[in-house]
Amino acid sequence: MTFEEINRKAKSEWEALQRGVSVLIGTATCGQAAGALDVVDSFHQELRRRGAEVPTIKVGCTGLCYADPFVTISKPGSLRVAYGNVTPDSVPRLVEGYVVGDDPCLELALGTVEGGDGEAIYVPELPRFERERRIILSRCGYIDPENINHYIANGGYGGLAKALKMSPEGIIGELRRSGLRGRGGAGFPTHLKWEQCCKAESTPKYVICNADEGDPGAFMDRVVLESDPHQVVEGMIIAGYATGAEQGYVYVRAEYPLAIERIRIALKQANEVGILGDNVLGSGFRFDIEIAAGAGAFVSGEATALVAAMEGRRSEPRLKPPHLAEAGLWDKPTLLNNVKTFAYVPLIIEQGGDWFASIGTEGSKGTAMFTLAGKVVNSGLAEVPMGTTLRELVYDIGGGIVGDKEFKAVQIGGPSGGCLSETLLDIPIDYDSLKQAGSMMGSGGMIVMDEDNCMVDAARFFLDFSTKESCGKCTMCRLGTLQMLHILEDITAGRGKIEDLDALLTLAEDVKMGSLCGLGRTAPNPVLTTLRYFRDEYEAHILEKRCPARVCPELTVYYILPDKCDRGCEHCVLTCPTEAIKGEKGQVKVIDQEKCSKCGTCLEVCPPEYNAVVKLSPVSSLPSSESPATEAWK
Amino acid sequence: MTEEEQARQALGEILGRYKKDRKNLLPLLQEVQTTLGYLPGKALQEIADFLEMSDIEVWGVATFYNQFRFAPLGKYHTVVCMGTACHLAGGRLILDALERELGIKVGETAEDGNFSLERVACIGCCMLAPVVVIKGKIHPKMTPFKVEEALMPYRQSTEDASSSREDRKSRT
Repeated sequence: MTFEEINRKAKSEWEALQRGVSVLIGTATCGQAAGALDVVDSFHQELRRRGAEVPTIKVGCTGLCYADPFVTISKPGSLRVAYGNVTPDSVPRLVEGYVVGDDPCLELALGTVEGGDGEAIYVPELPRFERERRIILSRCGYIDPENINHYIANGGYGGLAKALKMSPEGIIGELRRSGLRGRGGAGFPTHLKWEQCCKAESTPKYVICNADEGDPGAFMDRVVLESDPHQVVEGMIIAGYATGAEQGYVYVRAEYPLAIERIRIALKQANEVGILGDNVLGSGFRFDIEIAAGAGAFVSGEATALVAAMEGRRSEPRLKPPHLAEAGLWDKPTLLNNVKTFAYVPLIIEQGGDWFASIGTEGSKGTAMFTLAGKVVNSGLAEVPMGTTLRELVYDIGGGIVGDKEFKAVQIGGPSGGCLSETLLDIPIDYDSLKQAGSMMGSGGMIVMDEDNCMVDAARFFLDFSTKESCGKCTMCRLGTLQMLHILEDITAGRGKIEDLDALLTLAEDVKMGSLCGLGRTAPNPVLTTLRYFRDEYEAHILEKRCPARVCPELTVYYILPDKCDRGCEHCVLTCPTEAIKGEKGQVKVIDQEKCSKCGTCLEVCPPEYNAVVKLSPVSSLPSSESPATEAWK
Repeated sequence: MTEEEQARQALGEILGRYKKDRKNLLPLLQEVQTTLGYLPGKALQEIADFLEMSDIEVWGVATFYNQFRFAPLGKYHTVVCMGTACHLAGGRLILDALERELGIKVGETAEDGNFSLERVACIGCCMLAPVVVIKGKIHPKMTPFKVEEALMPYRQSTEDASSSREDRKSRT
């Protein structure tokens, strides 16, 4: 079939769907975790009960994860309405109100959905969309990721059809004009990689999509693969054509079963219509893609380590050069890009490199995709033009800090990135500004921290992660990070000395210098940035044995305020897992500090009208009548 | 057929479907673990023989990756997310509470085989932090106090099962 024929067929299916009412339910992993599949079942039941023949479509994620389960009711000639936090209980009301009737149930609605037909979808009532610029996310949550025709009818594979009429040099030239840099984190210019691989003489060549998204707190790649997998497939085919490869692999974490399933379906459908296979869209070019499931190693995200894993070896990085473009998989020329990098390619080919370069800043073109998580109101995904400030992301898109707490830091780039303080909120998001601030773009995980988070503990957390995930090949990464971790553990336990801070700085530099790959070279970043921007917290832990955020257990005690304790209530006594709280009915309750496991249950269960349980730090601030027990915590 | 014979047969079937190529090592390990629940030493040995690799190399690869397990999991495998968002929301307290409630440490399986406990780096449900997954079901926004409640249904079903076993025993 020619592309025109495929396109015509897809469009007629899509248009037929648009002529009737349809219910779109977000069922990416985030939606499912929030109970979306129960909502799907309820819709099925309710529609069947009413004899209404309305299709329910399991779409991906719109990025508004905080509002999951997310439902859109699409109705020809009427508003398309989005509903957030839908529960099975609210389904009968939605079906009666808007699917069958004409009442859009505004009390349950988030807003209307605009866009589609080639334009990115958005919800005009939500101010965040004024800041966003959706390219990769444009179809996410709007099309059925398991139906190739939905993708094609909304502009999909048009870039490939155009690319097949261009020369490889023409395609690479378009990428050069676009200024696209790798979205895996390091920001290497994409066209250079492609060019190197194109020029390599050895054959066969390979194209690998790196979907080994391992940063804790980052899930952009997962959402893209679960919501609109074909754009990645399309980008990979164009890459194969431009570099002369005939075989592609998607290396995806085994922890993402739904993403694997949706890529599998996408590949099958692309094969069936002749978009993959021996004769891609009748062009004579041959390309196939297989899935390789990763087995859970953070270091596999590093290009040479990923190749080692694909070859069935321990996933250890090797020295570069030779670069993968010269000697990659099975020592053959290999092009490896991140999920998002491939996803940009079809649109760059279709709309031109200049179009892409018109978005963003001088050195960083296009959009950046972030996951927002932590103490931010609107957790989820956002896609913004490069150059957007952190403040716009955290406050305008993220909706600010949960519970009116005070902002403390934003952590970008996962274990390789850094914690940036309030004073840096106005820096623009681009590769170079973030690097200058001591952080990095990374893969795009962004975690917001508030006054209740301890920065020393955060640094310890990230280092603990890096230590566990270090492959062990380089001594400084294997043992240097461990030594740094031990120092941080001492500090958070109140055993730190002020000279430890200098030791940390020295070790940090040594680990960076003495490590082969990005894991070791960036592992000290969380420590370096917290030392740079939050040194006062380190000093409080060391000099005053005080954890300002009252997080570190060894420096914190729970205390029941005698004047606030109701005396009659026994919530804390009955729920304390270690039976550490004493006090007869009618008496003030007292915590036996020696038995207390610092689990925080008493604080959680103390009724809000009393709020009698508080956390204190340092331990010595415990009122003196209870001080003997504090001996145990010194 | 004994359990061991069944396992050997399943392994044979899996090996029959693969080519003798070392690039198949990880897919093989993954499929064997999915089928048997873990990687028994004997299975690793057979995989090594099949791929004509040394045992030690297969062990070296298998132990490198977090996904692989060398002991059976509990009936109710419990996973605590220790990702960044979960950590900041008190993930450590949840892990402590689970260790206390289940009487096992992270990485262990309880003696009766009912519960096993594991920590993972991130399951990508950061908006629901802190998260615990029990037998595949996600429990969002956990607190130490809610841990006992979340475990309750699984504990009840094991108690029911063991009491019905005892009933049967006493009847015979």
